[in-house]
Amino acid sequence: MSDFTIKNLNLSSISENFSHTFHFSIKAGECLGITGPSGIGKSVLLKALADMLPHQGQLILGDIEAHTLSAPQWRKKVTLLPAESQWWCDTVGEHFHRFDDTLFAQLGFTKEVMNWQINHLSSGEKQRLACIRLLMNEPEVLLLDEPTANLDKTNQEKLEHIITEYQHKHSAPIIWISHDNEQLERVCQHLLILNKDEYKVISLKKAAL
Amino acid sequence: MIHLTAWDLVIASTMIMLLAITSLWLQLNITRQLLIATVRNVVQLLLIGYLLKIIFNSDNLFLLSGIVTIMLLVAGYEINSRQKYPLKSWIGIKIGTISLFLSSFAMTLLVLMVIIAPTPWYSPQYAIPLLGMLLGNTMNGISLGMDKLNQSVYQQQAVIEQRLMLGHTYQEAIHDIRSESIRTGMIPIINSMAIAGIVSLPGMMTGQILSGTPPVEAVKYQILIFFLIAAGTGFGIMLAVWMIAKRLFDDRQRLDLTILTKK
Repeated sequence: MSDFTIKNLNLSSISENFSHTFHFSIKAGECLGITGPSGIGKSVLLKALADMLPHQGQLILGDIEAHTLSAPQWRKKVTLLPAESQWWCDTVGEHFHRFDDTLFAQLGFTKEVMNWQINHLSSGEKQRLACIRLLMNEPEVLLLDEPTANLDKTNQEKLEHIITEYQHKHSAPIIWISHDNEQLERVCQHLLILNKDEYKVISLKKAAL
Repeated sequence: MIHLTAWDLVIASTMIMLLAITSLWLQLNITRQLLIATVRNVVQLLLIGYLLKIIFNSDNLFLLSGIVTIMLLVAGYEINSRQKYPLKSWIGIKIGTISLFLSSFAMTLLVLMVIIAPTPWYSPQYAIPLLGMLLGNTMNGISLGMDKLNQSVYQQQAVIEQRLMLGHTYQEAIHDIRSESIRTGMIPIINSMAIAGIVSLPGMMTGQILSGTPPVEAVKYQILIFFLIAAGTGFGIMLAVWMIAKRLFDDRQRLDLTILTKK
């Protein structure tokens, strides 16, 4: 569908030691991995792309600039999956407008899950449900902050599969933060390596399937 | 009406003295506070008693507006005290005063000009006690509501941000917290309306009865006051919560807690 372009993005107003000026773009249907030491600001960068933090520079989806849309409209298109998902009602079902058989089944849930208490969910269950909640909104860009950090091997593969499938079906640009380099090599076409004063983008020489 | 003499109050004060001596003997650590509060109470109330005597006899609109303004500003300031995450001072006083103005001031004007309608309508004997009672009661409700809102927002930042990330507007993201805060602020007045007459005899009504007003007349005044306090508190909290909620987000609907301070 649309390329996601970041032009002269500067976040120094948030923190003085965040001096980078970001300038990169992700083609429709491609996935950019982000890696770098803990605390370097990977999550901050992702939050800024969802227009959740004050910033300078331009965020452009196709030919739409972020500030020409209302913030909620932009966030519906460019949606962030935070490292720790949050839930505000008592049961799972209250957080969903409808039930999607395929998505829930693919991540190992039956319709029963809609009645489950949020308080009884494990962190892995929360992570999988948060991913379903995100995809059901059909965003145009996915910003994923360590989406499989709490998952076992099987569920990790299932989730990678679902996201890759979404990427191809919707030609969605994706940004994926992970500490697992093997995972990034599996799912990404490009890699952004973030360090204290600079960053670089390398190609993983693998075209989108 | 049976007038109280100075000696009557002295007799009552021996009870306080007895309590002070007992607490000193039991090493309860409240003796000092108790005595200070007792002295303040006597001085403040005697002063306002003599001040009211002067004002009631003068019917001076300027004098009255001066006193009313002071009452409003003090209440607007006090509304932010004793909160866990109070608003920054100037913004807190502004929001407190505006919402109190709407809740108490407007209600008092309604009573004075339309309902009781004394001559002149600003007759201090009616205006000051009514406004005082409304200010005191709505202030409690509004301040509880504000405390609940600020505290919930502070504790639930992650939830609010999660909802924003999913594309909710700031009104949607804060909706649950907002209605909980309004509910919290309304609980005291709804409670007192519900138990009035069965569990408690409200102070104003009791005072009127003691001074010789026929009970049914006193009851009518009390009902009037309850209605005004309930309506004033409700509208006041809604306005305060609405104004604060708006300021908790920036122009791109990002949660921005810079207007909150921590005690």
